[in-house]
Amino acid sequence: MAVIRDLNKDKMDVVEGSYAVAHSVKVCKPNVISAYPITPQTHIVEDLSQFMADGEIPNCEYIMVESEFSALSALVGSAAVGARCYSATTSQGLELMHEILFNVSGMRLPIVMTIANRAVSAPINIWNDQQDSISQRDTGWIQLYAEDLQEASDMTAQAYKIAEDKDVMLPAMVCMDGFILSHVYEPLVLLEQDLVDEYLPPYNPELTLDSKNPMTFGAFADPESYTEFRYLQQKAMNNALAKIEEAASDFQKVFGRYYGGLVDEYETEDAEIILMAMGSVIGTIKDTIDALRAKGVKVGLLKVRSFRPFPVEAIHNVIKNAKVVVAIDKNISLGLNEGALFTETKASLYNTSIDVPVIGRMIGHGGRDIPVSTIEKIVDEAANVMKSGISVESQYADLKEELL
Amino acid sequence: MSFLFEAGHRGCAGCCDAMVAKFVLMAAGEDCIVISPTGCLEVMTTPYPESSWGVPWIHSLFENAGSVASGVEAGLKALGKFEKTKVIAMGGDGATLDIGMRGISGAFERGHDMTYVCIDNEAYMNTGVQRSGATPFDASTTTSPAGSESFGNPRPKKDMPAIMAAHGSPYIATCSLGYPKDLIKKVKKALEVEGPTYIHAHAPCTTGWGFDTSKTVEIAKLAVQTGLWPLYEMEDGEITSVKKIGKQKKPVEDYLKMQRRFKHLFTKEGGDEELKKIQALADENIVKFGLE
Repeated sequence: MAVIRDLNKDKMDVVEGSYAVAHSVKVCKPNVISAYPITPQTHIVEDLSQFMADGEIPNCEYIMVESEFSALSALVGSAAVGARCYSATTSQGLELMHEILFNVSGMRLPIVMTIANRAVSAPINIWNDQQDSISQRDTGWIQLYAEDLQEASDMTAQAYKIAEDKDVMLPAMVCMDGFILSHVYEPLVLLEQDLVDEYLPPYNPELTLDSKNPMTFGAFADPESYTEFRYLQQKAMNNALAKIEEAASDFQKVFGRYYGGLVDEYETEDAEIILMAMGSVIGTIKDTIDALRAKGVKVGLLKVRSFRPFPVEAIHNVIKNAKVVVAIDKNISLGLNEGALFTETKASLYNTSIDVPVIGRMIGHGGRDIPVSTIEKIVDEAANVMKSGISVESQYADLKEELL
Repeated sequence: MSFLFEAGHRGCAGCCDAMVAKFVLMAAGEDCIVISPTGCLEVMTTPYPESSWGVPWIHSLFENAGSVASGVEAGLKALGKFEKTKVIAMGGDGATLDIGMRGISGAFERGHDMTYVCIDNEAYMNTGVQRSGATPFDASTTTSPAGSESFGNPRPKKDMPAIMAAHGSPYIATCSLGYPKDLIKKVKKALEVEGPTYIHAHAPCTTGWGFDTSKTVEIAKLAVQTGLWPLYEMEDGEITSVKKIGKQKKPVEDYLKMQRRFKHLFTKEGGDEELKKIQALADENIVKFGLE
């Protein structure tokens, strides 16, 4: 269970989410930052630019590139010479990086990047959903989703710890909902430099481009060896499962805050209905649960922090005793009419002894508001499934029929 | 004798890329990092687990050598390792003039201290001899083939050195693998000059152009001697030296007739007129760059 609020109250500042993330990046001591501005990521890179202008990030180069494509490409070079690297993007910018995302992961470069989650075109829409990062699920990046500003801030340091672990060496995305988290002001504790220094060791890669010990990076692999590279990437993802848990518990030891490792739970112990979700909607769901619990509804929440690697075992442990599970998604796989969390949770139950009905509900696309009433409606539907079985497996929970 | 670019790679006999790469590393020495985009050079030199590179080398993608090189330079600077290590991006004409243009443009506009070497064999050779922005007028490629209604590529080469000069590069040079000493001298100079410098190396491809594998150097020289590939240096946007052709001047037919990609000009009706157009391009160069 999350342990956040009561500690360090005297240290809290009220800042914007983007500022908190930029501050976290700064105290993680990056050597190269490269990013292209795009709403709603912009404030992060603006704040980092100001830190650079004020001389607050020593031993760091900020490359003002001409596109997101080059932002990540430049970091390939920087990470390969041994630099700790950072970028931030969203939506179309992330999609433009698509080809390089595979490259970074395949070359095992532990770059950390914040995604200020946003819908993708067309129609153009700058508001929040999670289609952008979910669409990159198979690129070999670790994907972590933050619930609130404090978690987005703290997750940034955790991401470096996980990505740079010798048993992992994979890039990581810290996903925070655009606007809802990036542009909101909340009280939080900004990461303290001395504690970060204690928590996060300097990046010290085993292999770099170094003329004293020349190596070839990015050789081409024929059918005789390509499969084995993929296998090793997957193995690193498997290793990351334990490292994500470790990074969270180590963080708690140093900073006193904990949000769960791979997943977190809220009111799940006796829950008949369990809602699963990722990102800022968690807060709304928790409030809804509080209200429903007061009325005697046995409903709980499974917060998924890590979408890649997908924490099958951790999810099963939470949902195995429920009577119905609802996976809530801010994305859709077109042609399947399902959100990714739903599809993958369902798939993970195949060939297990866990027999629990799972339904999927898609909400909040393109920034559509998610009021408590929407969550209540979803819980009502789940209660009906308990009574009479699944009638609709997956659908939009907030579709406006009158616009169709 | 041992070279930083080792023998035993998988290039064709008479391969132009291998020659240019070898000359560039002879100029650069050990303390450099080479970035190569996708292309023949990458594929023929790094079949895992083998490598021809005696210096640190990285391949990323087809279109991002300029950007990756920017990152290598910035990373070395941030880590305090930049002082002596030279950053060299080296790729083909497709990766340079076409798909990689944006990344190179960004790198030069930002002023990264690096040298970009274009190995120009005038088509997408790695993919099977398709037209690129560097393919010359009337060359027959698999995507600009000569046919009953076509004399091949309908457009002249993109003037990449001029584009790079417009970026404010302090040093730009054209060179040719037919003149290795000149090439090595220019690469050395490019590496010494601070800021983003550009080398455009003309590199005849035996497979793509269709000539005997023993003729790579001879054909490279003919491109220069006809005026079709002028050799010059530009410093801060001004031409500061030119390799004169003088008495060696040859008609363009001498160069074109040795290559399969121009064969149609000598067999097809109307070819004479096309040859005149190509001769006019050479004559224009001779006047423009003062080659005589």
